[in-house]
Amino acid sequence: MALLGFLIRRILTGIVVVWLVSTGAFFLFFARPVDTVARQLAGRAATPQVISEVIRNLGLNQPIMVQYWHFIDGLLHGDLGFSYYSQEPVDTILKQDLPPTISLVVGGLILWLVVGLSVGIISATRARSLFDRFSSVAVLVGLSMPVFVIGELLVLVVFVPLNQHGFHWIQTGYSGPSQGLGTWSGHLILPWITLAAVQAAVYTRLSRGQLLDTLGEDYIRTARAKGLSERRVIFRHGVRAALTPVVSQLGVDVGQLLGGVIVVEEVFGLGGVGEASVQAIDTDNLPVIIGFVIIAAVFVVVANIIVDLVYALLDPRVRIA
Amino acid sequence: MSLTGLEVVADEVASDAPVVEGRSQWQLTWRRLRHDKVAMASLIVIGVIIVLAIAAPLFVAITHHPPNTAYPNTGETAAGNPVPPGTAGFWLGTDGTGRDLFIRILYGARISLFVGFVTTAIGTLAGVAVGLIAGYFGGIVDQVLGRFTDAALAFPYVVLALALAVVLGPSLPVIIGVISFFSWAAIARIVRGQTLSIKEKEYIEAARSLGAGPFRIMFIDILPNLLAPVLVLATLYIPTAVVFEATLSYLGLGIQPPTASWGDILADAQNFYQVAWWYVVFPAVALLITTLAFNLLGDGIRDAMDPRTERVLAARRRRRERR
Repeated sequence: MALLGFLIRRILTGIVVVWLVSTGAFFLFFARPVDTVARQLAGRAATPQVISEVIRNLGLNQPIMVQYWHFIDGLLHGDLGFSYYSQEPVDTILKQDLPPTISLVVGGLILWLVVGLSVGIISATRARSLFDRFSSVAVLVGLSMPVFVIGELLVLVVFVPLNQHGFHWIQTGYSGPSQGLGTWSGHLILPWITLAAVQAAVYTRLSRGQLLDTLGEDYIRTARAKGLSERRVIFRHGVRAALTPVVSQLGVDVGQLLGGVIVVEEVFGLGGVGEASVQAIDTDNLPVIIGFVIIAAVFVVVANIIVDLVYALLDPRVRIA
Repeated sequence: MSLTGLEVVADEVASDAPVVEGRSQWQLTWRRLRHDKVAMASLIVIGVIIVLAIAAPLFVAITHHPPNTAYPNTGETAAGNPVPPGTAGFWLGTDGTGRDLFIRILYGARISLFVGFVTTAIGTLAGVAVGLIAGYFGGIVDQVLGRFTDAALAFPYVVLALALAVVLGPSLPVIIGVISFFSWAAIARIVRGQTLSIKEKEYIEAARSLGAGPFRIMFIDILPNLLAPVLVLATLYIPTAVVFEATLSYLGLGIQPPTASWGDILADAQNFYQVAWWYVVFPAVALLITTLAFNLLGDGIRDAMDPRTERVLAARRRRRERR
């Protein structure tokens, strides 16, 4: 019952957050004079008549609250409006662009957590070993690299030489899983590594530090003293307690992940939602931008609900309430 | 006035003991930092980068290659591609339009360092103010400021930064504003936590009972105790700000060409993967060295101020040896 109440309350506050964010995005883009938007659409050489016609066609001449009402009304009916340019419905555009983005996010997330946590755990249990020193250096380099630099260097030292030597598995661009899983993963392997690299470094450092602190606690000594195997001490008693701050950090990082997605899509030309939104921002394509902002907000809200659930599972002191 | 027995003993001990020089926390930190080879090397590297950035016009005078001048005859191959390092007086080769890559990287360093320092300063001041106020006053003030801090931390900042850069038009002040806007939250959260624990200390109660007002207590009594963690966070934020600026410029929403910035150079370099490795590698290495040096220095300062982490490791090492 407590779980149901928690879910209902979190979903309700989540809806409020999404509403606030989309309203913010709506008014942000109307902070500019309508003429700039219309001129961009109509082209440089457009006469004033053409511009005013564009404004009328898009409904931009109505009072701003009326436009806002239309926007909210459409949103409640699941209608995000139409692209200013192609006249396609925004949900169609987003649906079309989502597969590359989802492939990228899911694969990158798995890779970053697996690599980050396992390297962190191994480093902590073998502090000061060669492995630990090496991984500390790698973590620092990873933390200091912007996402797009990692991507560009991977293209330069992996993709270009391999393709020059007739090895064509690794490719740029995007190819759906329907083209075969091998092709799909070949297109995505470098983007996954790029997206995961920086974040994996953060998580390696965090989980290593947490686990080291935890292993210094008295109850770990007690566990060792009562004769538990080292493996059981580390995993059942150490890692479980050390993971809780890592999980709450994950809730914060979900937002950052979306920023990384935009950059990775640009570097590798994946053509997902991130690339579409940068294009839309460049061309003042308001409905598409708001569609992306709403998707981003929903993603952050849902991910944070999941993170809080996992947190309660890991730490018995935390009650869902 | 005669001395009690205990005072006599204390007096003897004091006169026998070698004179112990009182050292402030800053002196102790500096002493430990000076013995940290990595941190010292980073400090030197940062110094060199700053000098190179300031001396950029000097290198223009030496090479006679202004940053925004293209050399279609000497700076491009017959096919219109960049020329490799060392050709025709271009120390690191040229870029996609035949400009001197070395000079452009130097001018990019000026932008990166300027944005890094200025945004970190603004963000630190704002973060300290918000954290102090939230932690000291607590209650509804803390609740409201805390929600704002959470929002600023969790929001997909690149998305909002892109939106702001577009709405306000990309320019240097806008970029500084956007990056500062996202830099205060982490500092505010830590300062708030520290303030919460410091404000319960007896000396704060003493200050209050002497009639000190809230702002005097916050800035005179609490703030000096927070400078150490704030300094560490600020040093570690500089590379983040540098990366942030580079990312915005890479996406075309930061520094606008022809002004040189590392992000913009790397965005152009993407068109020349196959023919000009130096075009990607040199600006990437410049960016990496800069951020790495600041990160290493920040870690060094943190270890020097709080040797606890080192002690934990040492204790573990001793335990292992005993086993």
